[in-house]
Amino acid sequence: MPDMINTKYPMPSQEPDVRNKNFLEVAQGYTEELALSESQRCLQCKHKPCMQGCPVNVRIPEFIKEIQDGKFEEAYQIIAGTNALPAVCGRVCPQENQCEKYCVRGIKGEPVGIGRLERFVADYHNENNRVLPEKPASNGKKVAVIGSGPSSLTCAGDLAKKGYEATIFEALHIPGGVLVYGIPEFRLPKSIVRQEIEGLEALGVKIETNTILGKSMSIDDLFDKYGFDAVFIGSGAGLPKFMNVPGINNNGVFSANEFLTRINLMKAYKPDSMTPISHPKKAVIVGGGNVAMDAARCAKRLGAETHIVYRRSMDELPARKEEVEHAVEEDIQFDLLCNPVEILSDENYNVTGVRCIRMQLGEPDDSGRRGVTEIPGSEFEMDCDCVIMALGTSPNPIIKKDTIALKTDRRGCIEVDETGKTSIDRVYAGGDAVTGAATVILAMGAGKEAAAEIDKLLSGN
Amino acid sequence: MYEIVRKEILTPTISLIEIKAPMISERAEPGQFVIVRVEEEGERVPFTINDFDRENGTVTIIFQLVGYSTYKMNTLKAGDYLYDIVGPLGLATHTEGLKKVAVVGGGVGNAIAFPIARKLHQQGCEVHAITGFKNADVVILENEYADASTRHIVCTDDGSHGRKGLVTEILKELIDEGNEYDQVIAIGPMPMMKFVSLTTKPYGIKTIVSLCPLMVDGTGMCGCCRVVVGGEMKFACVDGPDFDGHEVDWELAISRGKIYGDFEREVREANCNLLNAEVK
Repeated sequence: MPDMINTKYPMPSQEPDVRNKNFLEVAQGYTEELALSESQRCLQCKHKPCMQGCPVNVRIPEFIKEIQDGKFEEAYQIIAGTNALPAVCGRVCPQENQCEKYCVRGIKGEPVGIGRLERFVADYHNENNRVLPEKPASNGKKVAVIGSGPSSLTCAGDLAKKGYEATIFEALHIPGGVLVYGIPEFRLPKSIVRQEIEGLEALGVKIETNTILGKSMSIDDLFDKYGFDAVFIGSGAGLPKFMNVPGINNNGVFSANEFLTRINLMKAYKPDSMTPISHPKKAVIVGGGNVAMDAARCAKRLGAETHIVYRRSMDELPARKEEVEHAVEEDIQFDLLCNPVEILSDENYNVTGVRCIRMQLGEPDDSGRRGVTEIPGSEFEMDCDCVIMALGTSPNPIIKKDTIALKTDRRGCIEVDETGKTSIDRVYAGGDAVTGAATVILAMGAGKEAAAEIDKLLSGN
Repeated sequence: MYEIVRKEILTPTISLIEIKAPMISERAEPGQFVIVRVEEEGERVPFTINDFDRENGTVTIIFQLVGYSTYKMNTLKAGDYLYDIVGPLGLATHTEGLKKVAVVGGGVGNAIAFPIARKLHQQGCEVHAITGFKNADVVILENEYADASTRHIVCTDDGSHGRKGLVTEILKELIDEGNEYDQVIAIGPMPMMKFVSLTTKPYGIKTIVSLCPLMVDGTGMCGCCRVVVGGEMKFACVDGPDFDGHEVDWELAISRGKIYGDFEREVREANCNLLNAEVK
């Protein structure tokens, strides 16, 4: 009999006033008992509505059935059949907009905690049964994969399983893309990313770090000089946006990208790190998305009084509800319905505050999103010594600048057809480089589809 | 890991390393830079390229001992390895069509200006090189510049080698002598580049400077290296490192270079004497 309790079994977590002082993982994961209990909430619907929400088609009811039977490794194998990064997805997927959105249990209560269960079985596997996969026999065909974020890892993994020789080219010195430079340790431990990548390497995926398409080599070089048969570009959306306000270049104004890269990639939060980071007394984070929440929670952990300044209200925050709740619990202040108009500084260009203006919400536009307008004469000042801009990112133009034939739209996103192919033959693209900043799982879906198309192209099927 | 094939201590505070990095040397041009990590857990440090050898697949950087990473790098010898090097980054210095150019270098900036002077010289451009140093102990690349220029003037602040005087004074003299330069290219410490730009402004001579602000990724991802040029925000790593010296907001650029001054000082004081002893 299913467990008809209307709420998810709670996730064991570090207490808010403890965790907001360390970088250890916040959510500690289900125990076997909790996973068994939560799995019993699944009704095993015959029509599997949850699956239509998963961009990589994880066979959700089947893996939950295995958990119900206590067969955790079997559950893992079902997930791993279609998802190259289960331990990552179980942590950072916005399940409320994906699988869990369609869960029947969500009609009268909370949906089944599919993400939590996915994480549990992935961690169970990594702790108890981790065996690296074997490299399949090579089919002799070479594919270059640009970038090493979620879309690229998925694409390379799927290709390698089919016998392709996939080589990942990563610009930074560590592979993982946004999973290592963007998402903080306390949401996604880097050891987990490392493990997933080791799995790909065991499948035969080669990883070349410190290599930038458009700088280290051109797309033509990949074909003519290095002998690749196809290329997948999953270079992400790495270019930060800054507000066009006076004082934006003052000392103490950072992009969220810089702040997070110093902390996550360069480990600047550790006392012995050689990479410096500002330890602000009071930090203002501008923006309301997941990256804003990540930056705010990092600033808090560095000891700052932390404020999020967002021009709409709590209901319009684009961040995941869970991220907002975590931020609120961790004592991050939300200054809503206001927007910076100037960054203030002393005579040495050091930030001393932000001048903001109050905003009011208007009617919803065609997309249903409510517009905002400034309230004239409502300016006020907030003092602070650090301002972090988390206003979104767009694709990096380096590849485009080096590759005239590659078509991009006015936002700099690479244009692709329905198969993921770009304007250049044998060159495919996916993830944030195509869509602009989106989610890990959507990027993975795009990487998976591109791998299938590249396979069709190169196998002649 | 990237092998160091040559290491030279040029002066007590300036060293040279040549690194095996064929993909970089293949596409490098004067004016571009690389980012280096000396060791595991090391910071990412940008260095503008001094030279590259496509045949042997190497790039050379000349660096001044200023902080932990450069002192650490100076402990490495030929046969040792750098953890990481990536490049060539940034845009190459524009040299096409130039007929007469004054190349002005300050200190270790002369190492970066050198390949530009040589490229211009090889293109048949008349190159006047003014290379300035603090004193005789830190003079570098004297013979190399002599070969890569039509006229070469070395100067030191204290007159202990070459002419006594600042590069700006000598540049002004040359201009006042009637030399009509298409362009001045100035590379050195920020204040030096600022004053060269101020010197040429009244004459209306286009002046290109090479900025090397703080950076993390070097690919336009973080915005740490942003500078204001002509009132607009630019990222030195992808829009530069070369900019019009008359348009650079120098006060802001100089102040942004000091953001982590305290941190750097502490790390230097804690480590550099030890590292220096290791070299000796």
